[in-house]
Amino acid sequence: MIGLPHYLVVAAILFTIGVFGIFVNRKNIIVILMSVELILLAVNINLVAFSAFLHDVAGQIFAMFVLTVAAAEAAVGLAILVTFFRNRGDIAVDDASMMKG
Amino acid sequence: MQTLVTILVFAPLVGALIAGLFGRRIGDVASQAVTTGLLILACALSWYTFSQWTWGGLEAFTVRLLPFIHIGDFQANWSIRIDALSATMLIVVTTVSALVHIYSWGYMAEDDSKPRFFAYLSLFTFAMLSLVTAADFMQLFFGWEGVGLASYLLIGFWFKKPSASAAAIKAFVVNRVGDFGFALGIMTTFWAFGSIQFAEIFPQIAAHAGKTWVFAGHTFPLMDIACFLLFIGAMGKSAQFFLHTWLPDAMEGPTPVSALIHAATMVTAGVYMLCLLSPMFEYAPIAKNIVTVIGAVTALFAATVGLTQNDIKRVIAYSTCSQLGYMFFAAGVGAYQAAMFHLFTHAFFKALLFLGAGSVIHGMHHEQDMRKYGALAKLLPITFIAMTIGTIAITGLGIPPLELGFAGFYSKDTIIEAAYAAGQHNPIGMFAWVIGVLVAGLTSFYSWRLAFFTFNGKARWGHDDHHAHAHDAHGHDAHADETHDEPLPDDDHGHGHDHKPHESPWVMLFPLVVLSIGAVAAGFVFTGYFVGHHQEEFWRGAIYNAPTNHVLHEAHGVAEWVKYSPLIATILGLLIAAYVYLLKGDERLGLKLAERKGPLYVFFYNKWFFDELYDATFVRLAKFLGDLFWKGGDQKIIDGLGPDGVSAVSYEVGKRTGKLQTGYLYHYAFVMLLGVAGLLTYALFKFH
Repeated sequence: MIGLPHYLVVAAILFTIGVFGIFVNRKNIIVILMSVELILLAVNINLVAFSAFLHDVAGQIFAMFVLTVAAAEAAVGLAILVTFFRNRGDIAVDDASMMKG
Repeated sequence: MQTLVTILVFAPLVGALIAGLFGRRIGDVASQAVTTGLLILACALSWYTFSQWTWGGLEAFTVRLLPFIHIGDFQANWSIRIDALSATMLIVVTTVSALVHIYSWGYMAEDDSKPRFFAYLSLFTFAMLSLVTAADFMQLFFGWEGVGLASYLLIGFWFKKPSASAAAIKAFVVNRVGDFGFALGIMTTFWAFGSIQFAEIFPQIAAHAGKTWVFAGHTFPLMDIACFLLFIGAMGKSAQFFLHTWLPDAMEGPTPVSALIHAATMVTAGVYMLCLLSPMFEYAPIAKNIVTVIGAVTALFAATVGLTQNDIKRVIAYSTCSQLGYMFFAAGVGAYQAAMFHLFTHAFFKALLFLGAGSVIHGMHHEQDMRKYGALAKLLPITFIAMTIGTIAITGLGIPPLELGFAGFYSKDTIIEAAYAAGQHNPIGMFAWVIGVLVAGLTSFYSWRLAFFTFNGKARWGHDDHHAHAHDAHGHDAHADETHDEPLPDDDHGHGHDHKPHESPWVMLFPLVVLSIGAVAAGFVFTGYFVGHHQEEFWRGAIYNAPTNHVLHEAHGVAEWVKYSPLIATILGLLIAAYVYLLKGDERLGLKLAERKGPLYVFFYNKWFFDELYDATFVRLAKFLGDLFWKGGDQKIIDGLGPDGVSAVSYEVGKRTGKLQTGYLYHYAFVMLLGVAGLLTYALFKFH
């Protein structure tokens, strides 16, 4: 029987993959955006799992909101990315350090 | 009369303001004309005042113009005091000043800042007039500082020359030492009498004569302290021994300035002050003895140094210093009238000598080294005659039995006789007399040396070989040995040894002629009024002699051999100078003696090593202290811990924290995550 812990573990694994995708990734910024999506999905799994387990529909509604925000975020993020690429000709993470002190 | 003297005093100030503030707008000629014109007006008014005083029965009076400082008992006013002393000084100052203004038309013709020069000259004259007409110590001090300022400005007139700037600063700083004593003297006087008005102080002096002041377990006589401190001021201004070092260096200024300020007027301010304060000095026997000793030592010192100098202006500067020594020991032995008389005659012949030297320098294309002169008598005939008259006047040639001679004969002989007369009661007077006679001989030697060197002998100008050699010989003392070439704006007139020396224009010769008349006649005409039978009527209480002081009266009754002694010394000096520099030819004996560089010669040539001594003690010490406080105190402690320290710390902190900002997105995200984790952990434990 698949219980709540299984969902939470999957969500935790996804979250960790997302976090490491941000930190360890040295390639490009698209990977960071994808990792952010992974983190949001992990949160969604948590929300839906708790919603089903606690019989409270609010969690699933929240999951809908998160999906909306995630879509908007992805759109804005990709738009910034395109502009960034036009200006710099490159989207490597290591080169994006203009804010260095 | 009151209006006249007010116009007299302020005319030079008006001239100085017009030329100084609007000189550029109204042009050179206009500013020269306005200053010179106002000075001639002041001069005419001065002679009118003086003649009214001497022959017209004018009474002493004081015009109160404005209040200056009124604090409690301390009452200082702007005022004009006219009496015998100030009337005498008025004609000395304005006459020499007017002549120097006229002379400068020619001498400064090639300079490109004439309005500034004439403004300074007029400013000096105003300050000097306010000094001599002061009715209280405060205005005296104002004039005292005013002439010091004008002297500083004029010594440094050619401020592009480093040596001129240095000389100006030296004059200013050395005078500060004297002024410090002067200010302390004024304070002591105010403390003792509760007033700084001469008219209020002088009547009370007899009552205060015996007062003492206990300090550090010792008892000091109050009058002696006050007079000694005031005398320190006089020493600074009049370049007396210990504070004399600025005067020779002041020759960096233009020659007319040397004639006006550093010969005839400003440097005599100290003598004037002593005579003005005769009521105080008469009750200060110790201070009078100090004055006598310092005056006599200065006379001897300056005369010995004058023997060896090669710069024509420096010889005359040391001569001035020496003559001031005469005036001081005259005042010191109580013959104030003789001191004032010598001041009066000295102004004529010393201004004459300086302006004559200026004429020679002008004619020699600004060459000041006498070793490069010679045989100028035929080329500069009028200057030659004027300088010879000046030399005779300063050496004091005359015929004692007929009481007939040049200006210096009357005044200097009176001083020497007064010293002998004082020597009958006081050994210090005798000391002054011995030095006075000796210095009369030395004066004669160096004055005639200058004259023979310049006007007779072989022409040493027109070739350079000798000069180069002399420079090598004295290379160690660059300061004393430099030929003070005065800078010229136009090059076509300067530095040309191929040019023939030429006589100066008439605008420069006219003052020489006027001063020559003064140098011949000033003694003869005025001896009766200053020191002779009419002196009581002339001075009318301006100079006070204690009831026991009969020096001047006794001076007329000294033995015949005493009267002849200065004349014999003078003639001896003349004969030796003539033998060394005229008959034997200067190359053969005079310069040979100089080149042998005996110890005495080196000692005199280096001015008794006073500059070196002061440099080793005061200058080095001041520099060391200054460095200590500047580098140690200010830079290390105050700046190091204060602004510099704070800025260095914040700079370091900023540099370290700046490194945290890498610019990498994932670093920021990681830090955010750590923060979130931290906050969550905190929240879990807090709200569990």
